[in-house]
Amino acid sequence: MTLGFYPGCSLKGSSREYAESVLALAKAFDINLEEINDWNCCGATAAHNMNKELSLALPTRILSLAEKQGLKEIVVPCAACYSRLTVTKHELAEDSALCSAVTESNGLEYTGSVSVLNVVQFLDKYITPNLEGKVVKPFDHKVACYYGCLLVRPHEILKFDREEDPQSLDTLMLKSGATPIDWAFKTECCGAGLSVSRTSSVGRLSGKIIGDAKDRGAETVIVACPMCHSNLDMRRDAINSYLGEKIDIPVLYITQAIGLAIGLDRKELGLQRHFVKVTV
Amino acid sequence: MSSDAHHSGISGLGGEVLEHTEVKVSHCYQCGKCSAGCPLSEEMDYPPSVIMRMLQTGNPALEDKVLRSFSIWVCLTCEMCFARCPMSIDIPKMMDFLREKSLKEKKANPRAKEIIAFHKSFLDSINYTGRLYEIGLFVDYKTRTLKIMDDLALAPKMLRRGKLNIIPELIKDRSGIAEIFRKANKKNKY
Repeated sequence: MTLGFYPGCSLKGSSREYAESVLALAKAFDINLEEINDWNCCGATAAHNMNKELSLALPTRILSLAEKQGLKEIVVPCAACYSRLTVTKHELAEDSALCSAVTESNGLEYTGSVSVLNVVQFLDKYITPNLEGKVVKPFDHKVACYYGCLLVRPHEILKFDREEDPQSLDTLMLKSGATPIDWAFKTECCGAGLSVSRTSSVGRLSGKIIGDAKDRGAETVIVACPMCHSNLDMRRDAINSYLGEKIDIPVLYITQAIGLAIGLDRKELGLQRHFVKVTV
Repeated sequence: MSSDAHHSGISGLGGEVLEHTEVKVSHCYQCGKCSAGCPLSEEMDYPPSVIMRMLQTGNPALEDKVLRSFSIWVCLTCEMCFARCPMSIDIPKMMDFLREKSLKEKKANPRAKEIIAFHKSFLDSINYTGRLYEIGLFVDYKTRTLKIMDDLALAPKMLRRGKLNIIPELIKDRSGIAEIFRKANKKNKY
């Protein structure tokens, strides 16, 4: 079984452990993830904040390359990339004049035939059906599943899970032997793209998230987005200084937690790369 | 202005928002759910519902204040306002339009200097290499903002954990990417 794969920039750099754990999991379930040749950055927040045309043209080039490569489905683990690719597909499908303008002026061949899967959709479709028999070390911990923004919003376009109190990560963790907790910050923003330019805001927003997870007894926070991870993990100093206490709850990607449950090697899952030591 | 804008009786900036984004500021009835749910409200000069009201008035002085506001730049596009709006008003889409217009008219709020510098450094990095080069982004951002000391301790920690690439990933079709940037910038330089 071969699926397309769009890692995006974070997974090649500051969040490479996310890529490592996605690939390790795919391998364990005999799935080949084929990277899109010569892919470019999706433009992320910067492009849609500054220049609409750029915010559509960059994802269109990616989707066009995937089509050229004969890929029907692409797995996009980064929630921000997933959002940009899905929103672009939607906008081009809704507005044929816009679609012609973006594709023709940039010489891109695009039909919109490629399906974009976020990490949970990938796991649900290709991993979950065979998961039960493979769980050898149940992830027996209390977990706070954190969805953030772009995995579930805007619901009108993504049509994925529930936008308030989503359940998909909780269900996956339950199947991996964990106990998901009820908490209040599942879909509150971590501060995302302000990480560098306004770190104090990130300390406050991410601080509330980590603080609530801790108050409700979570042993780890589960995420599905590299931006969420870097803010909750790498920005832990800013979080701790906002909260005025030292909180050492680790933050794991959903793919790392499932990987541990099926007995994959910790190093293969990139756990040693985290700033907050993974003790679970 | 589109005929749709005429029918809704919206002129000025609200009319432009409608024409370019199909977002109808007239539909807002000031319930305030966007401002209550917005994680950045308390750091804004005008919370989202007040921005909506300012646009509804059609008063050019208030519209100018919107384009010069800090709010439109500190907005994270987290989409919470849109999710909770009982009238399904796509406020984030409107914010994208307002930011672009604010830049074009050179009205960007001076307090947003770092936020905008980060976006510019980010896009320049993609323009040159096709993918984000994180070290290049940091250096470029520091050059723009002179925030030399910020996050200096982060780089060695990231390097030790294999989280930073020393050499950028260059895509093959860099001229194709540069062409996309050139065309997009011709209409509206970021």
